[in-house]
Amino acid sequence: MSAFSAIGEERDIDRDEYTPAIEPQATWCPGCGDFGVLKSLKQALPEIGRTPDETLLVTGIGCSGKLNSYLDSYGFHTIHGRSLPVARAAALANPELEVIAAGGDGDGYGIGGNHFMHTARENHDMTYIVFNNEIFGLTKGQTSPTSPKGHKSKTQPHGSAKTPIRPLSLALTSGASFVARTAAVNPNQARDILVEAMEHDGFAHVDFLTQCPTWNKDARQYVPYTDINDSEDYDFDPTNRADAQELMRQTEDKLYEGEVLTGIYYREDDRPSYQEEKRELGELPEEPLAERYFDDDYEWERSYDNFIDKHR
Amino acid sequence: MADDELIWRIAGGSGDGIASTSQNFAKALMRAGLHVFTHRHYPSRIRGGHTYVEVRASADPVKSRGDGYNFLLALGDSFARNPQEEAYYGNEEVKPLSENLDELREGGVIIYDEGLLDASDIPDFEERAEENDWHVFPLDLRGLAREQGREVMRNTAGVGATCAITGIELEWIEELMTDAMPDKILEPNLEILETAYEQVSEEYDVDAPDISVPEGEHEEEQLLMSGSDAIAYGAIDEGCRFIAGYPMTPWTEVFTIMTQNLPELGGISEQVEDEIAAAALAVGASHAGTKAMSGSSGGGFALMSEPLGLAEMSETPVVLVEAMRAGPSTGMPTKPEQADLEHVLYTSQGDSHRVVLAPGTVQEAYDHSRTAFRLAYDYQIPSIVLYDQKLSGELTNVPASHFDRDPNPSMGKTLTEQEIANEPHTEGKFHRFQHDVEDGVSPRSIPGQKGGRHLVTGNEHNPEGHISEDPDNRIAQVNRRFQKMDAIRADLDERSLLRRYGPEDTEYGILTFGSQQGTVEEAVDRLNENGTSVRMLSVGELAPFPVDDVEAFVESVDEVLVVEMNASAQFRGLTQKELGRYGEKLHSLLKYNGNPFEPAEIVEGFETSIVEDGELPGPETKFVPAAGD
Ligand SMILES: Cc1ncc(C[n+]2csc(CCOP(=O)(O)OP(=O)(O)O)c2C)c(N)n1
Ligand code: SF4
Repeated sequence: MSAFSAIGEERDIDRDEYTPAIEPQATWCPGCGDFGVLKSLKQALPEIGRTPDETLLVTGIGCSGKLNSYLDSYGFHTIHGRSLPVARAAALANPELEVIAAGGDGDGYGIGGNHFMHTARENHDMTYIVFNNEIFGLTKGQTSPTSPKGHKSKTQPHGSAKTPIRPLSLALTSGASFVARTAAVNPNQARDILVEAMEHDGFAHVDFLTQCPTWNKDARQYVPYTDINDSEDYDFDPTNRADAQELMRQTEDKLYEGEVLTGIYYREDDRPSYQEEKRELGELPEEPLAERYFDDDYEWERSYDNFIDKHR
Repeated sequence: MADDELIWRIAGGSGDGIASTSQNFAKALMRAGLHVFTHRHYPSRIRGGHTYVEVRASADPVKSRGDGYNFLLALGDSFARNPQEEAYYGNEEVKPLSENLDELREGGVIIYDEGLLDASDIPDFEERAEENDWHVFPLDLRGLAREQGREVMRNTAGVGATCAITGIELEWIEELMTDAMPDKILEPNLEILETAYEQVSEEYDVDAPDISVPEGEHEEEQLLMSGSDAIAYGAIDEGCRFIAGYPMTPWTEVFTIMTQNLPELGGISEQVEDEIAAAALAVGASHAGTKAMSGSSGGGFALMSEPLGLAEMSETPVVLVEAMRAGPSTGMPTKPEQADLEHVLYTSQGDSHRVVLAPGTVQEAYDHSRTAFRLAYDYQIPSIVLYDQKLSGELTNVPASHFDRDPNPSMGKTLTEQEIANEPHTEGKFHRFQHDVEDGVSPRSIPGQKGGRHLVTGNEHNPEGHISEDPDNRIAQVNRRFQKMDAIRADLDERSLLRRYGPEDTEYGILTFGSQQGTVEEAVDRLNENGTSVRMLSVGELAPFPVDDVEAFVESVDEVLVVEMNASAQFRGLTQKELGRYGEKLHSLLKYNGNPFEPAEIVEGFETSIVEDGELPGPETKFVPAAGD
């Protein structure tokens, strides 16, 4: 019997199970877009049949990182920018867990930018949600990598001279096999996208547009969204890389001018995840590594038996 | 020759096969019944540049490279010349010969490859040879190798010649070659070996040098192993099946050995984007229920400071290896130093704790690696194995039985689902960080276990894991994390990692740690033979520090010399800080030129500075007198 009996448990899950009984001490501001992510996630998890005990939510630091306090599951609130390496190791040690990493735009695209690129290229089987509010929230309103050019803040008083990062294009070129954008003001689409992201076999990146009414009053996230998967104006095939690239270019150019395109931009369903590739190479055990430590019958090999020959 | 040991130095260019040849030679001598110890000197360059390896062999156990050497095999520096004329590396061509003469003992032997080296390029060569009574054998090793096979096999010719001169029986080498080489290259190599042996025996009066290899016999089977091998095997035997890393010399050695072995054991190795990620992966894997490690050398370890703190605060067990090289910054990539001690002890912000263990020998590298894992998982704390470039690469023979131990995959206080059900919960949430537990260690659950749901965070947190800035909770949690260190100290007291050496009651003491241990032991023997009464204490547990034992040692002697490889006397500083006094008794002998101590330097340093109150002879070592409290 598995030592992790919560995994694969089949039963109806009530979304309230994800609501912590204890009121979190760390609280978001009223009207914060982060509540939207929380809500969609709480709807999406039961939909894919994952219980709180089989879900591991790994967050970074920032207002976004407080998601752990609001979602009752196994959680690891790590350090600024490092949710991905922690999360992907957990997904390697126990591929049967539902592993979700989350953080803000500063966390994920700034300090953690390097990990983002590499986790995407390796195509780890996990979901990564970036709360993109175009600002540093928790440290009180500094310019972030997604803030528009010219954005003024206490740390960029003359307006930022930097072109914002292009998270979707970056994810795609880095090698993510699922790239989507959704928004807190559109909870139904957000829920559906999260469901697909979590069910996707491989690295699923969701750039989640959230609003920060406290520090980023000018943010343009309130404009009406177009759902590219649904809209008549777009005859769009998310498995076509070139189309995805083109649409990303359009929306990433125009994001700060008005039209925001959301939806699943890209999905590559036949590409094996990193776990599968590694298993194929004989570098990842068939059974979750974590199981072994609870198996009293497992025969642990000594280095002596295996490797000593070459030292003789 | 009077020496009762052979110290054979093979010198050439990086990429010449110096390392593999010397390794095989050492192994052959070990199989023949001798104790061996190798010392490797190489530049931070891939091809070309002067490099050598010494193989010291004796009938008695050898603990260091020794002083100087008595047999030089100088091969041509084939890779020193660049095909483009402009990039000519000066006189490197003759370096295998010219660079090595200073440390060659009187009466020593030189074989050099006449096919590539011209002794007349070295102005005072003949003179010095005569003065020092060296026995010089110019041999056309290249020509010989070329005739029989390929030029690169001139190493083998050199080994054959060595055997002819020293009387080492060829069968030891032949047997090893047969084990190690594929058929295609075995034949020509054997041919070259024998031809060289015969030619030298016939052409030269090989008895003249009177250098013969001592005879020895091992009571039990021996293995040739480096400190890095031993750390890796210790980790494996403790059930470590996950490693993440990023290459950096010399840590790469442990990383590579683990990577080569883990898949076979159903384990996982990950080479990742940087050291922050590497350590963070180890934390993530451990959190998800494996035994995990990472590591680096100075600069890379600096990047790990963040995840190290996270492991401490989140009480996630993890083992990090720090293989020191000379710093700061990139420093000297291929040279050992012990100057990262303070970095490793104090890196990471806040009142943070970690276990730091420093092995002094290959055997201890295995033991301490096991202990580091056991402590990390038993006490849910990061532990660090601190060693250096010297111990990482030097090979020595160790009894095979030392490694024949039972595996220990225990994860410490990690609960099963049945046990979780009986532990405290609040509203369904498991109390991961209970305040009042014996020894400070709260039992943990693993993601995926039913009923074990909890949050861990690098922020201060309450028993259920929620972020908390409540003052009472803060005190309780800080105290509990401190309490673990006391428990570890008590645990270590039972199986001390201290190494004591020398006569029981002595006038003086030498205090050291890490890779200098063996060299100090040899120095202690010689000092006592010279009439100075001295003994050694080598400290293998740097955090928590064994205050009582070290204090008793310092109390029991008149004066103490602290021997370490750095310029700022970091270990002495630590000792003084931990003991709170005795500054007036602790003198320092320091070396920081990139080379480890030789026993004679310690003997001389001790005699001139402590016994005679004199000046040290050269600039290599530095004496810093006692400071007072
Ligand atoms: C290494 C490090 N640097 C800086 C900080 C301070 N810090 C905390 S949150 C944050 C910015 C977070 O911004 P973002 O990721 O956009 O998240 P948001 O708060 O907007 O959700 C910073 C700079 C830190 N905790 N660690
Ligand atoms: S500061 Fe902004 S991002 Fe943070 S909680 Fe408040 S509204 Fe949300």
